[in-house]
Amino acid sequence: MVESQVLAPPLRMKNISKSFGATCALDSVNFALQKGEVHALLGENGAGKSTLVKILSGAIKPDSGSMFLEDSPYAPSDPLEGKKKGISMIYQELNLAPHLTVEENILLGNEIQSLGFVRRREMSRKVRRALEVVNHPEISLDTPVRKLSVGAKQVVEIARALVDEAKILVMDEPTSSLSLEDIHRLFQIIKSLKAQGVSIIYISHFLEEVREVADAYTVLRDGKKIDSGKMENTSLEELIQMMVGQRLVEMFPRVEHKIGEVLLSLNHLKGKKMQAEVDLNLHRGEILGVAGLIGAGRTEMLRTAFGLDSIERGSLKIGSVSFIKGYPWRMIDQGMGLLSEDRQGEGLALARTIADNMTLSDFSPYCRFGFLQIKKQNRAVSDFIQRMKIKAQSPIQPVLSLSGGNQQKVALARLLHQEADILLLDEPTRGIDVVSKSQIYEWIGELARQRKAILFVSSYIPELAGVCDNIAVFHRGNLVEIRPASEWDAQSIMTVATVGRAIENA
Amino acid sequence: MAMKGKKRLQVLINWLGPFLGLILVILIFSSLPEVQDRFLRLSNFKSVATQSVIVALGALGMTFIIIGGGIDLSAASNIALSSVVVAYAINGGIPPLIAILIGIFLGGFVGFINGSLITSLRVVPFIITLGMMGIARGVAKWIAGNQKIDAPLTWVNELMAKSPRPSWLLMAPGVWLMIVLALAMAIILRRTVFGRHVFAIGSNEATARLCGIRTKRTKIIIYSLAGLFCGLSGVMEFSRLTVGDPTVAVGLELDIIAAVVIGGGSLNGGEGSILGTMIGVFIMAFLRNGCTMMGWPNYIQEIIIGAIIVAAVSLDQFRHRREA
Repeated sequence: MVESQVLAPPLRMKNISKSFGATCALDSVNFALQKGEVHALLGENGAGKSTLVKILSGAIKPDSGSMFLEDSPYAPSDPLEGKKKGISMIYQELNLAPHLTVEENILLGNEIQSLGFVRRREMSRKVRRALEVVNHPEISLDTPVRKLSVGAKQVVEIARALVDEAKILVMDEPTSSLSLEDIHRLFQIIKSLKAQGVSIIYISHFLEEVREVADAYTVLRDGKKIDSGKMENTSLEELIQMMVGQRLVEMFPRVEHKIGEVLLSLNHLKGKKMQAEVDLNLHRGEILGVAGLIGAGRTEMLRTAFGLDSIERGSLKIGSVSFIKGYPWRMIDQGMGLLSEDRQGEGLALARTIADNMTLSDFSPYCRFGFLQIKKQNRAVSDFIQRMKIKAQSPIQPVLSLSGGNQQKVALARLLHQEADILLLDEPTRGIDVVSKSQIYEWIGELARQRKAILFVSSYIPELAGVCDNIAVFHRGNLVEIRPASEWDAQSIMTVATVGRAIENA
Repeated sequence: MAMKGKKRLQVLINWLGPFLGLILVILIFSSLPEVQDRFLRLSNFKSVATQSVIVALGALGMTFIIIGGGIDLSAASNIALSSVVVAYAINGGIPPLIAILIGIFLGGFVGFINGSLITSLRVVPFIITLGMMGIARGVAKWIAGNQKIDAPLTWVNELMAKSPRPSWLLMAPGVWLMIVLALAMAIILRRTVFGRHVFAIGSNEATARLCGIRTKRTKIIIYSLAGLFCGLSGVMEFSRLTVGDPTVAVGLELDIIAAVVIGGGSLNGGEGSILGTMIGVFIMAFLRNGCTMMGWPNYIQEIIIGAIIVAAVSLDQFRHRREA
């Protein structure tokens, strides 16, 4: 057991505030780290965790507040300064050069130079020492990084932090792509790091793991620090409670609708990119919410059902027709539509016009002998623009000139335009303004009233609770449970999402 | 108010841009006393037009490829192959019309192979067409027995004649063909659903897939179409030379690509136009024409054209950055 220092704590952040435009990301947050401590930083998406660590690393500057490293003021102007002061970041998207060896990657930017020459022996010694600490069977100095598994790659990054002589290591979602064996090994490494006096800030949604590895915690919610304390004194339920909070039920426009027969069913469907099989039935007039943590496999399920990713085994049935192999064009023909979660990267062709984007999945109403009846197309699109209150000057405006909310409306309009019966919506209201959000909720309700079937994937629990008839919760690729929305609350959803099962109340 | 005026000026410049380049080139040479009178003659303009046909036909197909986000380095080799095959066929007694069709369809077939390989192997178009560049050229040399193939004169050789036989044509039949095809391709690109698909794939292939566009099939069609144009260009090359020369058109693919890029085509895909490409073709043709008239050595032409490519693309980037 490492004794906590009576001396100055390795890190203290006082009253840190940061806003991005009108959005307040952090509101006077205090954070302290002890030496040799693994400190979990918890909170939902958008709570402010990444902003806080980005300020710590030097990637962003706070609007107000101050930081101290062992009681001396710390105000980095860029991440390089942060690194020099002993703060190393390990992100979810690993920062390694796949074609270089382990040694070369670790020393990237770190080459010890003497009179312009690189001191090879000293370098190798440092790297070897670091690799001994992490002790991973796959890794040796000359292994090309691209040959390593994800777990091993992560360990290389940790070794790099050691060579950088990191005193504070920040790990952002370290286990989301790891196998159980890798996770075990990671925890062993963390133990050795602690013994060496390295302090670790551990950001993760997987609360069971966090409870196993962390000594202390700090919970953020909506940019504010809710509480911090020792992990051994707190229960899982209490942590979830702090993360989710007692929120007022928001107003969601409710449109009356009836649920009918099964329209889409997934039968033991397992796609190449899915972690596990999924069985699911979607009914006409049903709004089925899909909750889960990032990486829980919801997007992968949608993409496999839609035919964008290939099916490994199992099948899906639309009405009475079964499919064991899908392609987007076939699924669109069968009445399916997918709203991608990556609006700018996949959902829209930004450089193209609103008209083209809206009709891209179905030109047939304006297609005569292969020729596009442009006036007819523009008229139909103008109609949609009006009905959906899209703020645009003309249908031939490029989509990238629209705001995020309006861009999303165009993407959604495409599904309405192709008259999709089954709508797969992946994070439809992410990153858009409140007014557009509520308009989208209204249309979803209206679509249900028109007997369409809707799958609504979202990480924002209040909107799932407010809009959906039933909610399914995913955990690590498995659909754990479906219940009517009235039988869920924010707490239970989060619990199933993080732990994989409901916890019986003591 | 100043802002709106500025924006309108920008739109005007965007639209006129490529034209301005062409006008500039013509103006420059018209202002040089040594060549003024010869340059601005109708016969010279007809000459330039005829000289542009081969690159222009290749560029029409390349426009589709580049807008679709791809590239074709084998275009020139395809042209050479086609010209050799046409010569071979005519020499072998095959009726000229059939020989021409064989040449065109062979070009299309090469394009089809390009498209199929690109969509089935996970290798970028640059590499696939780089390989095809060598293969097609090699096959051309093989068929020709590593020499030029003589062929008896037929009406095919009239296609690129500067003084056409039915004199009311005014310009070589090849030139008219170029104009008609350019118009047709412009219409297809801007006014058909297929054209929209090409733009969509080049602009964002992931989106195109998401919307059910059969990207693989469309790409194969694009490369095959471009191949047909290369085949036709090869016919014109044969017509001009009266022999099938497997070593002809070396490096021409760069002129073809340059034409598309000078005309506003982006190598990232999603942008370009037939009109822009044609202007790009003529800018380069007038440049070569003027330089030759001035008696400047070939390397001057190369340096100038190289500089223009960099300038045109830089201006284009600049334009985009201001819009963003």
